[in-house]
Amino acid sequence: MELPDGAYVNLGWGIPNLIADYLPKNVEVYFHSENGILGMGRRARPGEEDYDLVDAMKVPVTLIPGASFFHQADAHLMTRGGHLDVAVLGGFQVSEKGDLANWKIPGAKGSGGIGGAMDIAAGAKKLIVCMEHTTKEGAAKIVRQCTYPLTGLACVDTIVTDLAVIDVKPEGLMLREIAPGWSIEELQKLTGAPLTSPGRAPEIKFI
Amino acid sequence: MQQKIHPTLESAVADIRDGARIMFGGFGGAGFPNNLIQALSKKGTKDITAISNNCGTRDGELGLMFKNGQVRHVIASFPGPHSNYFQEQLAAGKVTLELVPQGILCERMRAAAAGLCGFYTTVGVGTEVAIGKEERIIEGKRCILEMPIHADFALIKAETADELGNLTYRLAARNFNPIMAMAATTTIVEVENIVPVGTIPPEHVVTPAIFVHRIVQARGIRYAG
Repeated sequence: MELPDGAYVNLGWGIPNLIADYLPKNVEVYFHSENGILGMGRRARPGEEDYDLVDAMKVPVTLIPGASFFHQADAHLMTRGGHLDVAVLGGFQVSEKGDLANWKIPGAKGSGGIGGAMDIAAGAKKLIVCMEHTTKEGAAKIVRQCTYPLTGLACVDTIVTDLAVIDVKPEGLMLREIAPGWSIEELQKLTGAPLTSPGRAPEIKFI
Repeated sequence: MQQKIHPTLESAVADIRDGARIMFGGFGGAGFPNNLIQALSKKGTKDITAISNNCGTRDGELGLMFKNGQVRHVIASFPGPHSNYFQEQLAAGKVTLELVPQGILCERMRAAAAGLCGFYTTVGVGTEVAIGKEERIIEGKRCILEMPIHADFALIKAETADELGNLTYRLAARNFNPIMAMAATTTIVEVENIVPVGTIPPEHVVTPAIFVHRIVQARGIRYAG
């Protein structure tokens, strides 16, 4: 469990945004939305949508008691200034040093967009990247050095994939948990940087 | 009392000349000055430098400005997956783009508002954003120099204005609007309601009237995309 009780948490686009729906009942966290909300609640049900009350992905949401609104500069003062306990971002590539690339795929059509990712990467006390372990084509997304445009240097603390939980340490990537049925050798073949493990990594604990 | 209330959207934007630098409020569909954008589109101002988080949702929000070819340069954080007209114009070389991290976009505007000549930040160090920027070490951390963003006009949306120009915002429709109101030389706000001076409790004012120059009531388009 990566989200401690009482934590202030920002969830990025994509997979991270789904996490809010899977929180255990005994854990209370305060979700920050970069468009200026603290204490964001569940998604709005049909009929209760208010399009002035949306998350950063434009999805109508609700508030929990004690919520607050603030302008954009304060929203990112919170991300950048080290006020958030945990931030969860999506990723295209993470390097063994914890560099993150998550905003543009080289050669892709269109402008790309940075959004709040660089501010969040620079300032969160703890940054978790939540992504699939490989690309759709099977290429490693955990690599020695990022080849995609960077979001931030040495900013990632933990990588959570469909196959493993990996901590980024000064000495390299430490395998903390592994998906049931997978061996470390099999996981290493899909990982572009060396994984070290304190013996046999325990299986991922699902909540 | 200085008269800030304009009778029409058209009169509120009448003097926005070609080549103007304009900030546009709004984020995630909320708080966009959609009615002022319509008026500016009708007026046909060209060669605009647009400063905004997003670049529209097809025909909605800023999309119209790109559809009409009114924008020459964009300073934005997240143009958006549905900013079709902007993307077409960018691909055709008719628009140029400076991408800025979202919080840094805010702080650069706030620096302009606050009379600051720039600031150093760790955000963007080692990325494409840092190219061409002065770098130095502060408190042991690599930092880059970011410069203020000024504008001739800010087009913003608020829920309520009093006749002096004190503003309140609704829910998360606040977003960029208070920052832009402070940063631009001339701030034009479209509001749902205009109320007599003294109606808004002073402790509830979010944007003080000093930052607001023109007020127009507009209840036409609330959400455009």
